[in-house]
Amino acid sequence: MDETTQSKRARRGGWRLVLLVAAVAAAAAAGATALLVNVFERKQEARNPFYRVVELNDTIDDPAVWGKNFPLQYDSYRRTVDQVRTRYGGSEAVARTPDAVDPRSVTAQSRLEEDPRLKTMWAGYAFATDFREERGHAYMLEDQTFTERQAVKQQPGTCMHCHASVYLPYKKLGQGDLIKGFEAMNKMPYQEARKLVEHPVSCIDCHDPETMQLRVTRPGFIEGIRTLKAAQGVADFDVNTMATRQEMRAYVCGQCHVEYYFKGEDKRLTYPWNKGLRADEILAYYEEQGFSDWQHAATGAPVLKAQHPEFEMWNQGIHARSGVACADCHMPYRREGALKVSDHHVRSPVLNINNACQTCHHWPEEELKSRIETIQTRTFEMRNLAMDALVALIEDLQKARAAAAPADRVAAAQKQQRRAQFLLDFIEAENSMGFHADQEAVRVLAMSIDASRRGQAALGGMTQGGSPAPRAAPVSAGAGR
Amino acid sequence: MTRTAVALVLGGLLGLAAGIGGYTFLYAKGASYLTNDPAACANCHIMQPYYDQWRASTHRAVAVCNDCHTPPGLIPKYATKASNGFWHSYGFTTGRFHEPLRIKESNRRVTEQACRKCHAEITQAIDPAFDGPHQPRRADQELSCLRCHNQVGHF
Repeated sequence: MDETTQSKRARRGGWRLVLLVAAVAAAAAAGATALLVNVFERKQEARNPFYRVVELNDTIDDPAVWGKNFPLQYDSYRRTVDQVRTRYGGSEAVARTPDAVDPRSVTAQSRLEEDPRLKTMWAGYAFATDFREERGHAYMLEDQTFTERQAVKQQPGTCMHCHASVYLPYKKLGQGDLIKGFEAMNKMPYQEARKLVEHPVSCIDCHDPETMQLRVTRPGFIEGIRTLKAAQGVADFDVNTMATRQEMRAYVCGQCHVEYYFKGEDKRLTYPWNKGLRADEILAYYEEQGFSDWQHAATGAPVLKAQHPEFEMWNQGIHARSGVACADCHMPYRREGALKVSDHHVRSPVLNINNACQTCHHWPEEELKSRIETIQTRTFEMRNLAMDALVALIEDLQKARAAAAPADRVAAAQKQQRRAQFLLDFIEAENSMGFHADQEAVRVLAMSIDASRRGQAALGGMTQGGSPAPRAAPVSAGAGR
Repeated sequence: MTRTAVALVLGGLLGLAAGIGGYTFLYAKGASYLTNDPAACANCHIMQPYYDQWRASTHRAVAVCNDCHTPPGLIPKYATKASNGFWHSYGFTTGRFHEPLRIKESNRRVTEQACRKCHAEITQAIDPAFDGPHQPRRADQELSCLRCHNQVGHF
């Protein structure tokens, strides 16, 4: 090997080393810069929870405009269009052919087809015509506009209180006065009121546009909670100034997820909480008022319809007792970079056990799900017993009336039917199949069964021989663990 | 190119990498992680709720984060800090980590040890695995403080 070749090789080796070192140094610099930028971004995210892109005020109800300032919240809010089933709830997308009256191409499964006993319970009422599993918030306005119940009975404008973003329309109608607008819209026919509203529940209904603080905008709840607090010894309760932050995280949901009725000729939306929130306390209030929703088509009894009393039932349960609000499980926090965002995709916690339950309950997801379903399966069995008992009473009452039974016996049985039906419907209409307050649900169902059987007993001799023995639902072995 | 020029270019590149790296370290408050100050743990926003909880807890008066979340002894302490520091940065930079946050088994053992460090009198008296300071621990009899008191440092 001569000297020139050797030195050439050495020089080439030297250059390779230089290139290698340069490449490593460049990669290190690039990596450090990338990290620097990432740290910078995280710091910025943590500093500014949102960027004010548009100025919001109390006259903007379009959620898309609010969404410009709060894109993460808006994005999850839009996801309430999802239709997902859980074991005892949730909606399933059912295809339908749009027609002139109803342009929807997708609805949810019919509850009446799932359980025809509901038709017997609601005979003579619009719910016996069309009742489907509720879909997400995004559909509240559309589904109510096009339900076949509209064709059966003229519905009042009162319905808008909870089926539309109604804060701004109320204020406009009342010329700045929320309560006046509420009263005016209650008196309108549904179709007329429908023209005044545009959006389903939106940002403005629960948030102050200046501070984003939670606020209650629904007159029904403002008045209802004042009545309830007065009964508990707190005078002149003003929910927007006297409730704590954690209470508000349940109250904004309680604006609508409650039992209610339309009081008097003015169809004033009223929450029946004068005697308390429990099913039997609410029933006692209705008895005192002499209120009934309709006359039962098969028995002539003046009966009541219960409506989604989630807020009332949650109040009886262990979660409420422990200070856990609706939003903690139905809108749990999730993380986007350095930001903590409450999930506006409001849905069943069963679909989001990780964020909804495991923050407090350190158990595997499957274990938690099975605890939930154990409670729900037991409640469902009890509900079926109560449903069979009610149907048996209705059949007996029909026979008794056909056989011209003594009026006092029939009246006594009708009274029990009214009780049994309301108590059963209270649990049936409540969207948690007992989970919000399991023992309370079973207590109410037991009272319902008791009333149905008392009603049959009141008919006395009429039931002997003629009618079949009370049918009980088969007890499945699935509930125990 | 002369040797001097090559050395200049190389030196420049290395210096650039070191400079950017050094600035990133400063900007990300890297040095604060070597201290005992609990505020350093909340540098990264994700720890804020845990820091807030600790500040409202009974343990605030007697223990900082490092007292329970790092083992005793200089080398084990900084080895634990280095390992957790690396994985926390990795998780927070890539965004890939489990939520709600869960403690790793190795870190749980560290905190379990911490209970026994300060509360030795009580734990030794009730711990069936402990036969005396010079006896081996009876592993099959192990009791866990954290199984029941798993939030004690934060409430």
